[in-house]
Amino acid sequence: MIQITVNNETVVLDVEPDTPLLWAVREQLKLTGTKFGCGMAQCGACTMHIDGKPVRTCVTPISAVAGKSITTIEGIANSNGELHAVQAAWVKHQVPQCGYCQSGQIMSAVALLEAKPNPSDEDIDAAMSGNVCRCGMYGRIKKAIKHAASMTPTTVDANDDQSEEA
Amino acid sequence: MGKWTRRAFLSAGVLAGGGLIVGVAVRPGHRTPGLAKLVENDDETLVNAWVKILPDNSVRVIVPHVEMGQGAHTAMPMMLAEDMDVDWQTVSIEEAPAHPEYVTSDIARDFVFPNAVPGLVEDTIRGAFIEISQALDLQITGGSYSVRATGVRSMRVAGAAVREMLVTAAAQKWDVDTSEVRTENSHLYHDASGKKAQYVEFAEQVASQKAPSLPTLKPSSEFKIIGRQDIQRFDIPSKVDGTAKFGVDTDLPNMKVATLQTAPVFGATVERLDAAAAMQQSGVHKVVDLGNAVAVIADGYWQAKKALAKVQVSFSKTEHDTRNSKAIFEQFKADLDAALANGDEKDDFVSGDARAALATATKVVDAEYQIPYLAHSTMEPMSCTALIDSSGENLSIWTGTQSPLGVRNALADEFDLDADKVTVENLYLGGGFGRRANPDYAIQATKLAMQMPGTPVKLIWSREQDTQHDHYRQAMISRFKGGLDKNGAAIAWENQYNDKHEPVEAPDIPYAITNKYIHYTDSASHVPFGPWRSVDHSAHAFFTESFIDEMAAAAEQDGFAFRRELLSDQPRIRNVLETAAEMAGWGDALPAGYGRGIAVHQSFGSIVAQVALVNANDKKVRVEKVFCAADPGFAVSPDGFRAQMESGIIYGLAAVLHGEITLENGAVKQSNFHDYRMLRMNEAPEIEVKIINSGEALGGGGEPGTPPIAPAVTNAIFAATGQRVRRLPIKI
Repeated sequence: MIQITVNNETVVLDVEPDTPLLWAVREQLKLTGTKFGCGMAQCGACTMHIDGKPVRTCVTPISAVAGKSITTIEGIANSNGELHAVQAAWVKHQVPQCGYCQSGQIMSAVALLEAKPNPSDEDIDAAMSGNVCRCGMYGRIKKAIKHAASMTPTTVDANDDQSEEA
Repeated sequence: MGKWTRRAFLSAGVLAGGGLIVGVAVRPGHRTPGLAKLVENDDETLVNAWVKILPDNSVRVIVPHVEMGQGAHTAMPMMLAEDMDVDWQTVSIEEAPAHPEYVTSDIARDFVFPNAVPGLVEDTIRGAFIEISQALDLQITGGSYSVRATGVRSMRVAGAAVREMLVTAAAQKWDVDTSEVRTENSHLYHDASGKKAQYVEFAEQVASQKAPSLPTLKPSSEFKIIGRQDIQRFDIPSKVDGTAKFGVDTDLPNMKVATLQTAPVFGATVERLDAAAAMQQSGVHKVVDLGNAVAVIADGYWQAKKALAKVQVSFSKTEHDTRNSKAIFEQFKADLDAALANGDEKDDFVSGDARAALATATKVVDAEYQIPYLAHSTMEPMSCTALIDSSGENLSIWTGTQSPLGVRNALADEFDLDADKVTVENLYLGGGFGRRANPDYAIQATKLAMQMPGTPVKLIWSREQDTQHDHYRQAMISRFKGGLDKNGAAIAWENQYNDKHEPVEAPDIPYAITNKYIHYTDSASHVPFGPWRSVDHSAHAFFTESFIDEMAAAAEQDGFAFRRELLSDQPRIRNVLETAAEMAGWGDALPAGYGRGIAVHQSFGSIVAQVALVNANDKKVRVEKVFCAADPGFAVSPDGFRAQMESGIIYGLAAVLHGEITLENGAVKQSNFHDYRMLRMNEAPEIEVKIINSGEALGGGGEPGTPPIAPAVTNAIFAATGQRVRRLPIKI
């Protein structure tokens, strides 16, 4: 039995201690927003926050996170259900295509902005190059991160007219 | 916009609650002589699309294409809503079920040529139980077809027909001429009397009307929805908060999870299997021999994966066990040499007499190019959940597939089931790129489910399996001889390559070179082939746009100017080329070590030209910027089209810089993203896209962005370094 806190709720899991956090969260807790991509920390699709830091959970055994606080993509909107600034910027810039990598991208971007509220291009490259997007939306991801950085968390309106970017 | 020229048959009915449902059935054109007879015998309906007006006057569009990020679930309703004059804010969508009522046969007709069946549709057609007359019954997403075929031929027609029927109904009730009734935002108006009504108020009257066979489509000058910059994709909100459900996210009561290990060498089968140690692992239910693979069914993925490592399995020997990439390329070259020596080249495109012209040429340029096998590497590894009931007759699967109907038919065929008892629930696709047109993973999942009737089994491939058991982009050798006359004009073009797939026109060139001889030779390998984003275009654009650049250099001419001169009778292509050159500041001075390269290629009905700006300093290649000009006829969703160009460029660039699947001892050597590298944020160039709405027939968006990027980059490397890259991926 291992106790962890996921999205501010404490849960006790009955899984083998070497089970990666990713699979415990997807299969036991049924939170499927976090994705399996490679199983060897190469693609970032499985990124969650552990005590606020972005971690590749496909190689993180559940035993290593006992007692820790974990945040998944399902847990970053605020308690009113209002999108996080990064999520809103993702909608505004129409970032996702297939969307499979985007939970991981967003978790990496949220962590980046928490560490560096005004990241440079180099900061963005460094923080985001562990996340593969096979649809190749890197340009939009970069724009959306800068947009989110320029706003306070509640002022990005996902429904803003986009025409100024045309 | 193209004119509607096909006969349409519409039908309508009233929905419970007073809504309206209208379908459009389209009789096919007979453009393929080999199939015309079959189409005549096959009595009417080849395309169906449906729209519903709901009791609250909102509109639901049923889209017969899957969503894999290309935006079809948004562009299709835009096209219907445009001609129906619907309030866009009230539009919703649902994906059509996998059923013959929702076939997308245009993709087959436009691909099909005599005596051949394209790989993309093979599984749909292969089913022994399917009459050949049903061979065109497809419901497939590929070939960049959604907008240009289904959108133009079904969605817009359905929308226009509904609008005309509503106008007729209102005119009757208001006792006025139809010309006095206008429509706007899901309402009908008679301005003279000030009468106004919601569409839904006439739903019942419309249902009893005979539908128009040739509804009038709007001219592009009246578009209010098509071409709008600010329309957001329907699927995006769920893709930023984790709620979007992909195939691998399927969760059913009492579901088990499986993973597998396939024989490393294609064609090998399980020879010996000892499951004893694996069965002792916790949570394990079954170890299953799948013929060419062994699978473990367990409570969860991790348990299945751990137990799989404990399975003792050996696979049969095959004749390919010592094959490696070097030998495969040597075979290609030997077969090409033999074809030349024996005079048994297969003619592809021929005009004039290229060999005679080469004999008289002042200068002959020759070059040989080589490209490797490529895997698709969708972000979501292959996955499918299957449930067979205890009677063994009813099969349900949950997956992400580009071909729901093809999968349904493949499963019915494979397991001898009644196709009507096979249900395909299609979820979002975590990438397709052609890979998810193949039903292999659904067949495997069903075999596993049949071991546990009444229990759903979800099969998840590991990334290693996904990389090593793909259906690969063809590896190829392509050889050229080009002739220049004494003035440096191109007078001859000979091209020989191995293995032709589709689309058939991929190897052809748009340039006015009088003497042209393009031919190929089959040189089979044991590596399975599959359509990879843009299929043969990804290969031939690299070959032809590299070689035309080599001819320009040999003629001591600028690559852009040389192409432009040869496109004097291709104004549309020339315009795209010129636009890209202009965007990039072609000819402007660059710092030392920098170079620009240009390429233009037409595919899937769209013309795309790209200029790559490369920094080749410090013995590295850094693609800093890509300028992309594209003419899709008319971009229905400009932001969506732009996103497809960006995506196609990055997908192609990953292959240019890193993509290489090699064979060693008959098996794929690469296994995961550490040795089959993807393009990442730190390598991604800035991309600028300019859309040219020429007003020509609509072209596709998903694939045409990929072909030009390889030659644009390698031509830029030549400009920067003088080094010609004739082999991909780039190794400098």
